[in-house]
Amino acid sequence: MVPIAYYLILAAVLFCIGIGSFLIKRNIITIFMSIELMLNAVNLTFVAFAHQWKLVHGQIFVFFVMVVAAAEAAVGLAIIIAIFRARQTLNVDQINLMKN
Amino acid sequence: MSPQYLWFIPLLPFLGFLVNGTVGRRLPRAAVAGVALLFTGLSAALVAWLWVTMKAAGAPLSMSVASRPWISVPGFHVDFAFAVDHLTLIMLGVVTGVGFLIHLYSVGYMAHEEGYWRFFAYLNLFMFFMLVLVLAESFLLLFVGWEGVGLASYLLIGFYFTKDSASNAGKKAFVVNRIGDFGFLLAMFLTIAHFGTLSFARVFAQITAQPELHGGFLTAIALLLVVGAAGKSAQIPLYVWLPDAMEGPTPVSALIHAATMVTAGIYMVARSHVLFDRSPLALSVVAVIGAATAIFAACIGLVQNDIKRVLAYSTVSQLGYMFLGCGVAAYSAAVFHLMTHAFFKALLFLAAGSVIHALSGEQDMRVMGGLRKRIPVTFWTMTVAVFAIAGFWPFAGFFSKDEILYQTFASNNPLAKVLWAVGVITAGLTSFYMFRLWFKTFFGAERFDEAHLGQTTPAAHSDAHSAGHDEGQAGHSHGVHESPWVMLAPLVVLALLSIVGGWVGNPEALGGHNEIQHFLDPVFASTSHAEASVNADEVSHRLERGLAAVSLLAAAIGFGFAYLFYYRKPGTLGAKSANSGLYRLVSNKFYVDELYHFAIVKPLEIGSRFLLEDIVERGVVNGSARVLAFVTRGGSNLTQRMQSGNIRSYAGWLAAGAAVVLFIMAVTSLHLR
Amino acid sequence: MQLVLFLIFAVLCVAGALNLLFQRHPINSALSLVVVMMSLAVIYWTLGAEFLAAAQVIVYAGAVMVLFVFVVMLLNAGEEERTTGSRAAYIAGIPGVAAILALLTYIFMHERAALGDATLGGSLNHTTSNITEISRVLFTELLLPFEVTSILILVAILGAVVLARKEQ
Repeated sequence: MVPIAYYLILAAVLFCIGIGSFLIKRNIITIFMSIELMLNAVNLTFVAFAHQWKLVHGQIFVFFVMVVAAAEAAVGLAIIIAIFRARQTLNVDQINLMKN
Repeated sequence: MSPQYLWFIPLLPFLGFLVNGTVGRRLPRAAVAGVALLFTGLSAALVAWLWVTMKAAGAPLSMSVASRPWISVPGFHVDFAFAVDHLTLIMLGVVTGVGFLIHLYSVGYMAHEEGYWRFFAYLNLFMFFMLVLVLAESFLLLFVGWEGVGLASYLLIGFYFTKDSASNAGKKAFVVNRIGDFGFLLAMFLTIAHFGTLSFARVFAQITAQPELHGGFLTAIALLLVVGAAGKSAQIPLYVWLPDAMEGPTPVSALIHAATMVTAGIYMVARSHVLFDRSPLALSVVAVIGAATAIFAACIGLVQNDIKRVLAYSTVSQLGYMFLGCGVAAYSAAVFHLMTHAFFKALLFLAAGSVIHALSGEQDMRVMGGLRKRIPVTFWTMTVAVFAIAGFWPFAGFFSKDEILYQTFASNNPLAKVLWAVGVITAGLTSFYMFRLWFKTFFGAERFDEAHLGQTTPAAHSDAHSAGHDEGQAGHSHGVHESPWVMLAPLVVLALLSIVGGWVGNPEALGGHNEIQHFLDPVFASTSHAEASVNADEVSHRLERGLAAVSLLAAAIGFGFAYLFYYRKPGTLGAKSANSGLYRLVSNKFYVDELYHFAIVKPLEIGSRFLLEDIVERGVVNGSARVLAFVTRGGSNLTQRMQSGNIRSYAGWLAAGAAVVLFIMAVTSLHLR
Repeated sequence: MQLVLFLIFAVLCVAGALNLLFQRHPINSALSLVVVMMSLAVIYWTLGAEFLAAAQVIVYAGAVMVLFVFVVMLLNAGEEERTTGSRAAYIAGIPGVAAILALLTYIFMHERAALGDATLGGSLNHTTSNITEISRVLFTELLLPFEVTSILILVAILGAVVLARKEQ
């Protein structure tokens, strides 16, 4: 009998590690992966609450989140490929055309 | 005449000011003059009607009219109110009568001036304020007129504003007056505090209702009023502006600085006599100041070379006489002298203006002379004035000056005899310097260069105190010529007044009925212990006759010396004494101006420069501007870093922002802490 | 029993996430992420979301992560260089993250009792299975979002094709 709070804390930890790696890493692809990690943490939260409230809508929302995440991953990686072709670098610090 | 018409007396000149001030610039000169003369004349006509009403009524006149309340707060109430009694009647007569004559004179004198319309506008403005001052029924309304005439005086002294000396003189007059006004204001505050009102009728009624009230705060009020009067009437120590005020055009000197504005202080003291009578200390102060000023100014006037300066110091000296009269509670004598002085001093100034006009702007007596035959009308009218001011019988000045001297001698004041002696000596000095002026200007050889009149020759004007040339008269030299009739007619009228004007004060000791004192009795009756006690019997009449003889003697001695040094052997005095220390001391006006500059002006300048420039300007103003700029720039620098174009920094700020939002949500919704 | 299960796979999740953080080569990070996904699938199953556990493995671990790996290979991404582009990320970001973590942990621990306990595999009711339940809601109440999502996927495919195409 695990308290639901523990699942939620696990989700929070994963989420924060996701933000941390977003801030620290310099490779665009790795940053993207950390976004996926964050999304997964959110999914876990939803599932935990769905279990608590005995409502299936939480799980359906996770379903939708997965769909959107997949689509977003596809498009995002396509963009990364386009940027790589233009700049020949995957270092996010060097993609700063919007400076000033 | 119904009281409602009283409003018109000052308002008509104000209308004249509005007309000339707004559209006068575009009107032809005749129209401007016409407007000014019309409104002033109408005002004078109203005053004449007032006199007729008074005569017809038989009983002492007392008329007043009031408006809706002006200031009405708990503990203090004052209206716009005019009141007329016999004192007011005399003042009104002098102001409107002499004022009208001077307006007429100015039409001729200022005929070639720039700013003709401006001159008449200011002159009408002055009339308005002076009439408000005289008609006022409360200290506050009097103060309005008081300040207003100060303003008009400033505008008119600095009429030739392109000349530095003129604008400086205007500023000096205003600032010195302001010091006096400060005293007046404090007196008004004290009056409000103790009496709850500034209305003459109410204040004086309250004082009379408490016969045991003496000294104390009444002395304080009285002394502060004296400060104000000293500023406006050019007494020691606030007289320094009057000689400089000669920078203004001569009609201004005649009207404002001889006949009317400077008498406002005397009028104010006379009006407040109920107050002053309760404070023997204040009265003594007034008397001493008056006597001291009289003799001091007479001494300086002895050695002046500019004709207008002599007359200026003479005015200060005669005002001292009036102050002395008030100081011994001889108020009607002081007012009498005020009236006769208005006649002959205005005449002196106007005649001097006529001389200056004839010489195309020359004012230095050292280059005049022998004008007697060239400008006869001016000569004869000025002669009348000179004899009047010197105090020769039967001219006006004799009666009024004598009355003051007699009242001084016979008064209860412990210093009475000393003051009287000072007054007699001053009379002698007055006679001397006036006849000096007379001889130097009209007799002897012609020292001026007729071909080059009006052009400044440096050699003749090394005297640093000459007021230079009257601007407008210069440059229109066509030889020495008599003035036009518009200028001569007022001279003649004033000359007649200077002869007969004194006869209304012919004392019983000399066979007259002293009408003027009886005329003013309803106003000053309550205070006549000084005057009443010295009236009836034969002993006092003999005393009066004796004193009159003494002052006549003094005048004659003055005439004699002037005749000796300036007619028989001209130039003797000049050669001997020009280098003596005493001469230099006196001709530099006892260095009073320099003393004031050193002791007051300079420290003020240094102090305010330090305080305002260094501390306020640099520190506060500049400093706060700089701090503001610094803060803004620093702030914008900081926030600019957020726009770096770097994804990771955006992410960092996002994370921080999210934390804040989460925190707020937690606190508000979960009611943590 | 449930506790043990939870602990093992929770540790696995966190370890995988930390590994993603600390690895320098993106391919290592990708593989760590796969481990995280798998562990999460097990945890979903313990929470009674069997369909989601399957979907997680199939969609996320099987498709999305494979896509990531393909892209890493395609772009020949190497080890990361050490550049420091932004101080704000560390100065503002790390404290922010710490604050979020602390706050959330505090809140959840505070409300631990109110949230209740999880029952192993406890589903909503014992008559219908999880997938029946999901499909019933999905195809009746939430039909519209479901259809819109399919269009979304279509759009995403088109977008990806267009963006990644070589310039002709």
